Amino acid sequence: MLKLSDTEEVIFSPELITKFNEIVSRYPEGKQKSALLPILHLVQAEYSWLSATAMDKVADYLDIKPIEVYEVATFYTMFFLKPLGKYVLEVCRTGPCHIVGADKIMKHIEQKLGVKEGEVTEDGLFSWRGVECLAACGMAPVLQIGPEYTYYENLTEVKVDELIDSLRSKTATKPENS
Amino acid sequence: MGRKLLLEHINVPGINTFEVYREKGGYRAVEKSLKTMSPEDVVEEVKKSGLRGRGGAGFPTGMKWSFLAKPEGKPRYLVCNGDESEPGTFKDRYLMTHIPHALIEGMIVSSFALGANTSYIYLRGEMMPQIRILEKAIAEAKNAGFLGKNILGSGYDLELYVQPGGGAYICGEETALIESLEGKRGNPRIKPPFPAISGLYNCPTVVNNVESIAATVPIINDGGDEYAKIGIGRSTGTKLISASGNLNKPGVYEIELGVTVEEFIYSDEYCGGIANGKRLKAVVAGGSSVPILPANLILKTINNESRLMTYESLADGGFATGTMLGSGGFIAYDEDQCIVRNTWNFSRFYHHESCGQCSPCREGTGWMEKVLHRLEYGHGKLSDIDLLVDVSKKIEGNTICPLGDAAAWPVASAIRHFRDEFEWHVTQPQEAVSRNYGLANYADPLPKVEKVAAN
Repeated sequence: MLKLSDTEEVIFSPELITKFNEIVSRYPEGKQKSALLPILHLVQAEYSWLSATAMDKVADYLDIKPIEVYEVATFYTMFFLKPLGKYVLEVCRTGPCHIVGADKIMKHIEQKLGVKEGEVTEDGLFSWRGVECLAACGMAPVLQIGPEYTYYENLTEVKVDELIDSLRSKTATKPENS
Repeated sequence: MGRKLLLEHINVPGINTFEVYREKGGYRAVEKSLKTMSPEDVVEEVKKSGLRGRGGAGFPTGMKWSFLAKPEGKPRYLVCNGDESEPGTFKDRYLMTHIPHALIEGMIVSSFALGANTSYIYLRGEMMPQIRILEKAIAEAKNAGFLGKNILGSGYDLELYVQPGGGAYICGEETALIESLEGKRGNPRIKPPFPAISGLYNCPTVVNNVESIAATVPIINDGGDEYAKIGIGRSTGTKLISASGNLNKPGVYEIELGVTVEEFIYSDEYCGGIANGKRLKAVVAGGSSVPILPANLILKTINNESRLMTYESLADGGFATGTMLGSGGFIAYDEDQCIVRNTWNFSRFYHHESCGQCSPCREGTGWMEKVLHRLEYGHGKLSDIDLLVDVSKKIEGNTICPLGDAAAWPVASAIRHFRDEFEWHVTQPQEAVSRNYGLANYADPLPKVEKVAAN
């Protein structure tokens, strides 16, 4: 669901704007809308999701209508339209992963984290969801974690436990900047 | 051992860097084409090679190039299709991860052939690590004078950019990819006009798969005729096959087109047989969209000839008893896999990925998923099986893009070859939810091991 009630002001940092400008320079004059997907990825990496106010800002920057941003953000599954956990474990659920145990992995993650698909753990650290084919079928089962989209391959329940524990301890030793 | 043209140096340490790639003979194709050939010569070599599009459709690349319109005063574009989202396919990700310069070199040669001065490599958004890898490779190539203005003093200019998608299977369809690259939803365009006339920014555009573009490098280095000597008939050259499922050695293999399916599955050079000592039940040979075949039909054609890994041999028998090479996404199913469950899983995929433009696909994929779900979970009726065939036929051929066909074929073929397993889910619903059907009676050509009877 699009959280249109979200009113938190979004101001893109000068560093982010520099990156936007570089991206826009890749396309012919007047075709800056081509930069929309790469920019949405950068915005999501920065804020961890795409709020309506952030999308409006992107529309302003690219000089296009807000609806042109919304319709794209809602079409592509990689964009989060509500806040999720800091780490979103996206498990491939399609064919080749499915026949070598993706369901078992998802069930295990659900139990380990204690939240259902698409929900957030109480500490705000984790969410998980099933996604369609990640193009790593030979290394199945597989999951990815954004914003860098690191793949974790040949998953077992033990490997999932180790991954979740290591992400937890990584965050515990590095206090969050508020 | 078969010849390797793309993955020859895959195990050389540092082959992902410009220096090592260059040491191993990299960028010779750029030097040769830009210094000694005209763009038309390059197109001619690719035509002679018989190279066919490696993304799935298998359309001759050289011919696609020759359709490109060349109106005065309009830029032309080459767009590389790295959306790689067809379930079972992961070869492009592998190639770009390990030998990114193979794609960059191919992009330079191909862009030169087409007269493109700006080219884009469109990768699915999940390939962020590969985007970084390619951007680093582009910077290295530019630094060495292989990209930018006046490359190698030839007067030819080229800028190369990598574009991320957003996680949408449909963007592998070339006009949806172009829409996405223009910053829009990935809705396929109605054709004509074809991209060769009006593509990116309404300019003439060629869209080619990652592997097709990389294959132009050995074609230019050794000549199209040499390339065409590999393979059989109209299936020339080598092909990357993504092998997955219940295999001892899943992974990406470069094969000379023409090895037998049996050798590919069972030999140690390739997949090393079925995992855990189990027996083969079925194969999806070219990505989830192509018809699934039971083991007997994938190993031998209906005429009892060995099935070969070629476009023609895999298609032998049409859809009645054959399939397609497609993208080379080779998924093997062992005797414990449930065909109904797998078909439901694929249907869910296509329903999820339908862009929603055409009613037959948008609605039909949803209905197929629902009906398959109730069959799999023991609530189906016998009439559901024919209903599925009916829905699939009403999708096929009635949509703007081939996603509709791609959704219909796996369902129709699963029922064609495994109808008894579907019927068993209806007649024995309790059993069907508690255990798998096992090998269909006709699915395995090997001597039968004692098994509990299905019914």
